[in-house]
Amino acid sequence: MEFAPHTDDDVRQMLDVLGLSSIDELFAPIPAGLRFDRDLEIPIGLSEIEVLRDLAALAAKNRSADDLVCFMGAGSYDHHVPSMVWPILGRGEFATSYTPYQPEMSQGVLQALFEYQTMISELTGLEISNASLYDGGSAVAEAVHMAVASTGRRAVVLAGCVNPLYVGVLRTVARGPELEIREAGWGSAGTSDLDAVRVAAADAAAVIVQHPSFFGTLEDVAALADLAHGAGAKLIVHFDMTSAGILEAPGALGADVVVAEGQPFGNHMNFGGPYVGVIACRREDARRLPGRLVGETVDREGRRAFVLTLQAREQHIRRAKATSNICTNQTLNALGTAVAMAWLGPAGLRELGESCLARARYCRDRLLEVAGAKPAFAAPTFKEFVVRLPADPTRVCERAAADGYLAGVPVKRLLPGRGLDDALLVAVTERRTREEIDGLAEAVARACKEEA
Amino acid sequence: MTAKQERPRLALAEEALVFERSRPGRRAGRMPVLDVPPAPDDAIPAAMRRSLAPRLPEVSENELVRHYTRLSQRNYGIDTGFYPLGSCSMKYNPKLAEDAAAMAGFRRLHPLQPESQTQGALQLLVELERALCAITGMSGVTFQPAAGAHGELTGLLIMRALHERNGQRRHRVIIPDSAHGTNPASVTLAGYETEECPSDERGLVDVEALERMVSDDVAGLMITNPNTLGLFEENIERVAAAIHSVGGLLYYDGANLNAILGRSRPGDMGFDIVHMNLHKTFATPHGGGGPGAGPLAVSERLVPFLPGPRPAFDEGSGRYTWDEGDDRSIGRVHTFWGNFGILVRAASYARALGSDGLRHVAERAVLNANYLAHRLSGTYDLAFPGQPMHEFVMTARKQKARGAKAMDLAKRVLDYGFHAPTVYFPLIVDEAMMVEPTETETVETLDAFAEALIAIDAEIETALDTLKSAPHTAPISRPDEARAARDLKPRWYPDDHAVAHLANAAGPDDKPTI
Repeated sequence: MEFAPHTDDDVRQMLDVLGLSSIDELFAPIPAGLRFDRDLEIPIGLSEIEVLRDLAALAAKNRSADDLVCFMGAGSYDHHVPSMVWPILGRGEFATSYTPYQPEMSQGVLQALFEYQTMISELTGLEISNASLYDGGSAVAEAVHMAVASTGRRAVVLAGCVNPLYVGVLRTVARGPELEIREAGWGSAGTSDLDAVRVAAADAAAVIVQHPSFFGTLEDVAALADLAHGAGAKLIVHFDMTSAGILEAPGALGADVVVAEGQPFGNHMNFGGPYVGVIACRREDARRLPGRLVGETVDREGRRAFVLTLQAREQHIRRAKATSNICTNQTLNALGTAVAMAWLGPAGLRELGESCLARARYCRDRLLEVAGAKPAFAAPTFKEFVVRLPADPTRVCERAAADGYLAGVPVKRLLPGRGLDDALLVAVTERRTREEIDGLAEAVARACKEEA
Repeated sequence: MTAKQERPRLALAEEALVFERSRPGRRAGRMPVLDVPPAPDDAIPAAMRRSLAPRLPEVSENELVRHYTRLSQRNYGIDTGFYPLGSCSMKYNPKLAEDAAAMAGFRRLHPLQPESQTQGALQLLVELERALCAITGMSGVTFQPAAGAHGELTGLLIMRALHERNGQRRHRVIIPDSAHGTNPASVTLAGYETEECPSDERGLVDVEALERMVSDDVAGLMITNPNTLGLFEENIERVAAAIHSVGGLLYYDGANLNAILGRSRPGDMGFDIVHMNLHKTFATPHGGGGPGAGPLAVSERLVPFLPGPRPAFDEGSGRYTWDEGDDRSIGRVHTFWGNFGILVRAASYARALGSDGLRHVAERAVLNANYLAHRLSGTYDLAFPGQPMHEFVMTARKQKARGAKAMDLAKRVLDYGFHAPTVYFPLIVDEAMMVEPTETETVETLDAFAEALIAIDAEIETALDTLKSAPHTAPISRPDEARAARDLKPRWYPDDHAVAHLANAAGPDDKPTI
């Protein structure tokens, strides 16, 4: 199946206009030795019917969260995607548009991004949000670049347990500017070790904390802000925005940069992407903010208009001196996040938080009734928590899957060798019912018994 | 103006901000009734409780749908009309790919599910890797980069890892002066310094200058081929030899891969590292600025350095797995495995076109570009004389002398019902106007666009004021960009005053009624 519209006559007539006799002559600029004259080693084209049949067969080899009740989290969550989101984003005027460099033809995307930036600002408590980054992990790395540029220092401190996948991205990206990454670790409550942070932050560019942490525990952001600022470092908070209806905005607690994974609002799990990297900062840091930023202005008739602004920060203007190399971002997913946030509104956002909190507590209580199960950490949690099981959590998950449950993420898979080999990270969203939670507890109990 | 060009393509009616439609107590989404005990008040320490509800809009679902529908009507996409943006490959995005990506077996998959539950997804990735290797002539792929620039950084870190493995700390990366801005920005982020190589009078890399620049301090060279002028770097083998002679690596910026699909392969040109922009070449929708996908393909000796884990097929068991790699891997660059939903779309596209269709893509893209360049060449000067590939760069120097800059011409194109071409890039061309028609446009569309640009050129003498104040039929006229930057307003505020209570805890009286 092809999408080029040319008839044989079209091709002939166009070649005639060019004074050429064959398509091959169009490729004359390629030296003969570099022309590829064979067939590519891939199958020939298929019809739409065949392609969709093939893809459906591949999709059927996966067991999705439609088949299995999902209690997995660790950065990707089975939150409800409002029905209106993707029909809106699927509109060709949004989906098939380019980056809005021509504002006269792009007011729709620009205004929607301006509204997105406003909502992110409201949820994070910081004034300036950009128009999106790739994902939660790359957002951490970009925030670190900001802090390094701002402080002139080269070390960053990980307070508490930051998602090891985000840390992985940071470690890779840190190879370029040769940054030092210090782990201040966590205490028995599963939250930041403030004394260790104080020591590590001494000459650091930034303290990074995830709130709630990778373990789901609530961090003392205000105390960490004091520690960081006392050391002349920036505080970067990776925030779960689904908690923003009930948890204080990190910006209001002293965070300098707030980053987040926007997937939980309006984006499907998609096997890990595309998601949305969220980043917000204070006004005084606006010129160090990476990526695109939409600002309001007026047109020649004085009408309200939106444009990409502060472009002097960006690679296409500043090149080697840019604040970041990001160009293409995740605009459509950011629009999805905005639509979902608007769909929730302030009341829905608070209910979402309360719902996740209550369901996760109920789930934790039920799982702790499993013989031999123990809580891993004492600190209060939001929608995720860690429970220690009397059997190998990987095997327990396998058995629970046979009963129809994605029981969680074995912590050792992402944090090996940290004394958490028996620990399971469980995420409970607003979609999980009491019946499903009871079913999970029974499946886990059965699995633990069988593995014992 | 003719009646035809006066017809606006987009909705002119201003649309209020969603916040301005807000009414206290109105709402769309609701949560299910709580069927578990509510959390006690002390479940969250009081100091951590939100003190002031975020001011999200309070609107009904109907209003919300209309709001976004109206916004969409104020936006131009490929589905609206011709989008001749140079270096962007804005071709038709097939709808079948959307159906594929929406299948629950892909869309509703958690990224950390065990391999046994994700065999289809892994198979899709392994098969796509084989296809991309066949197309580029490379040996292995990482799917983690979410966009082209992300691929660039990944490739440069691989370059660096190889040199460091060999005990070498090199400091410089060479890029042509016609390069995309992402190239030097990525070089900086990878801890290297950019050295610009000049273009010669034909718009190609000045090979002799390059040969003088190379030394064992050069980590590699990044180049687009066809280059950003739409010209094939015919001396690419000499470029490769120069870089390889000092132990450097050759990086292929795949922004222009569309021009050579099935007709030439970066691997055969001597490239070591290749990124692809699947949102260009593989027709996944650009989404108003993303999501894209920027998978990176490398030659055999660099495969161990790729970010891991990588999808793999185990011949023994007949199962698809994640290959963790070893300590040579630079580590992950994406939280999970990359923009999988985009990869599903690209895989659908590759299957639909196949080896025969992909070759036709390049042929039709180059045919369209040459045809359009020919139609325009009597009116606009091409920046360089060479035969273009999939895009071409004109210079509006002549038009500027007569009173209209490239920006004026581009803005006027909007009144004729088309998107504007890329202007002022590449930087080495004065008054650059860069046009990439892509393969999915009809000759009728190309003719209409050529006639529009020719008519606009004539307006310099007949209607200069109209031209310089264009657009006249778009939802807005030219916005005041200087003001946007000077009086930065990056968000809405109630009553439009400053943000007194952002980042300041306020009393309970300030809480909206919810």
